[in-house]
Amino acid sequence: MSRTVTIKALKYNPNSVVSKPHMVEYKLEETEGMTLFIALSKIRETMDPDLSFDFVCRAGICGSCGMMVNGTPQLACRTLTKDYDDGVLELFPMPAFKLLKDLSVDTGNWMNDMSKRVESWIHTNEEVDISKLEAPSDPKIAEEVFEIDRCIECGICVAACGTKLMRPDFVGAVGLNRVARFYADPHDNRTDEDYYELVGDDNGIFGCMSLVACEDNCPKHLPLQSKIAFMRRKLVALR
Amino acid sequence: MSNLIEGFLGKSVDGKKSRLPAKLDYIQSATGLFLGLFMWGHMFFVSTILISKDFMYSLTKFMEGSMFFEEPKPGLVSLAVAVVFIIFIVHAAMGMRKLPASFRQWQVYRTHMKMMKHDETSMWFIQAVTGFSMFFLGSAHLFLMLTQPGSIGPYGSGDRMLTLWPFYLMLLFAVELHGSIGLYRLCIKWGWFEGENSKETRKTLKKVKWTITIFFLVLGLTTLLAYLKIGMDHSDNAGEKYHPTTQIEKIYNANTEVTA
Repeated sequence: MSRTVTIKALKYNPNSVVSKPHMVEYKLEETEGMTLFIALSKIRETMDPDLSFDFVCRAGICGSCGMMVNGTPQLACRTLTKDYDDGVLELFPMPAFKLLKDLSVDTGNWMNDMSKRVESWIHTNEEVDISKLEAPSDPKIAEEVFEIDRCIECGICVAACGTKLMRPDFVGAVGLNRVARFYADPHDNRTDEDYYELVGDDNGIFGCMSLVACEDNCPKHLPLQSKIAFMRRKLVALR
Repeated sequence: MSNLIEGFLGKSVDGKKSRLPAKLDYIQSATGLFLGLFMWGHMFFVSTILISKDFMYSLTKFMEGSMFFEEPKPGLVSLAVAVVFIIFIVHAAMGMRKLPASFRQWQVYRTHMKMMKHDETSMWFIQAVTGFSMFFLGSAHLFLMLTQPGSIGPYGSGDRMLTLWPFYLMLLFAVELHGSIGLYRLCIKWGWFEGENSKETRKTLKKVKWTITIFFLVLGLTTLLAYLKIGMDHSDNAGEKYHPTTQIEKIYNANTEVTA
């Protein structure tokens, strides 16, 4: 027995002088296994071709379709409409990122800036000879690095973070997680002092207020709480 | 000169970041931990009135050095209060750095909190509000204790409660909520008791946190009522010092011996 779902979405184009932010309500028949992404696509195809939202993979891998669903940041492609008992989904774009239009925000440039800020690449003086076999990694360490490296840069941890919303320069859990990733990687030769220079201030690790909404909303279930606590302990211990 | 350059540019002459933010973060946690644990001890102390007036009185005198001096010295209490007051002020200064400092910060946090309905995000707001209120409530109480240490006792505290109970009611809720949320947040912040599964640990910690909050609120309210009752019963002799039962018995026995 299908039901009607109601999607309320914020519509606003900050680049237009005539656009005023307003909520638009759409009603559509729910189909089996309907995700929010499917619902939005249907709305755009049949009701409102002007509605903007982001997506690429439709499978929770690319991290493009993050948005606020009934106040919580989520991936539209992994949000099932059937999970909402009253069938009402109120959508806002993710805060903290530059609003492009309606539900579409610019996470890409933000992530790029964050990557540069935390110098998100292996720092080593070793010359790599690609003609030779790579030295084996300790499986336990490799596993730890891969676990943290599962981040898809969807921006949900950033949108969920009250600290980030109050303090726009805060690096966010994604940035701190990235630091923890290179910290765990033995290929990277950076010292604690080097990491301190990247995030050892009130816009970095010491700005985090441990609200843990990052971890609670992360679609990849990354251990952000533990990694941030670990980095804090390491960087506070520096003399 | 190097301080001038660092203050101006935000980094030292050799291009290094200051270690002070790390120290401030540590000091905020250390002072918070001390105050949180101190408040548990404090609550157990004041609640001894539920056992008996004599017991509360003897503990008060113990803190005034009755074990070491013939005459109790309330100045010792003042000294301890002064130490706590300093730690309290340092903690307030550290905590201030995190409070919303503009209307927009306040507005965006409130909206986010109401929209997301996330426990820890909402609990932080309670902590911020109670923390702010304690700038005044906590300071007023500590100043009273600092300047009138001799008034602490079954009757003195009872008399105080009779006139100041709305103040102490607010302080009780502010302290217990702020303290228990703060201790819970400290565990998350530093990864204490994390174990193998941090998510499960957090669930347990949250349960413990609410149990502790409720326990201390119930204990605090009961204690407040007990002092209030003493204050009401004693209102005709307000200002009179408490004399423990043993002392009264001694006087009575001495009197009866003289009479005999």
